[in-house]
Amino acid sequence: MAGATRPGDRPISPFVTVWRWHVTMASSIIHRATGVGLYGGMILLCGWLMAIAAGPEAYAPFGAFLAGPIGQIGLYLLVACFAYHLANGIRHLVFDTGHGLKPSDAETSAWFAILFAIAAPIGLWALVTFGG
Amino acid sequence: MSKDKSTPLGRVRNHGAAAEGTGHFVGQRVSAIALIFLGLWFALSAALTMSGPTYLAAIDFISQPFNAVGLILLIMVSLYHMRIGMGEVVNDYIHKPFAKIVLLLLNTLVPLVIAAGAIFAVLLVNFGV
Repeated sequence: MAGATRPGDRPISPFVTVWRWHVTMASSIIHRATGVGLYGGMILLCGWLMAIAAGPEAYAPFGAFLAGPIGQIGLYLLVACFAYHLANGIRHLVFDTGHGLKPSDAETSAWFAILFAIAAPIGLWALVTFGG
Repeated sequence: MSKDKSTPLGRVRNHGAAAEGTGHFVGQRVSAIALIFLGLWFALSAALTMSGPTYLAAIDFISQPFNAVGLILLIMVSLYHMRIGMGEVVNDYIHKPFAKIVLLLLNTLVPLVIAAGAIFAVLLVNFGV
């Protein structure tokens, strides 16, 4: 096999660079990306708890960061990541029961998860800002 | 070997490189179901009861027994869930053996360390001096 050449026109294993984007593929990729984002969010949550336990002086810079623009945008994005991962996670749990696997159904539910991830953080933000 | 009446498939079954199969698959789904409730509870109650990211608001939140228990459960279950998920991502995308092993080791170490630290922090806020 060593030195064997691959014919140029032979089909190769498909990857994102050769696939046309479609929503079920995007939903799977976003699920992983938001999962990795939430990993970071969990490190932040644990760091937040440890900073609280360390006392008010140790917490001050942490609280200032969370209250600042980067912290607020970060929290907003974490809520969006959670909303997506939650909706798409439930979608996958439904898939595991053998339901919703018809391509048209899977596309509809993928769009629902994406729209939920856009709507949920806006809704929560509005509730916190105007609800009190 | 001549006495072994099992088929070739029967001989290799359960002796693959990973030596296990569905454990992670089931664990990921069981923890996912728990996290639907724990995650929704935390996101809503933290956003709606804390006035802002202030020290006092955080102490008030963590000092409620229900919240303290919820936080500890959320930390344990999500760290279990995210360790499996990140392990899958590393196994899928990182192909250099050294980098892969380092990342998989970190993926065990980081959740363990932050879980121990965060759970101790919740206990300290509630029972500390």
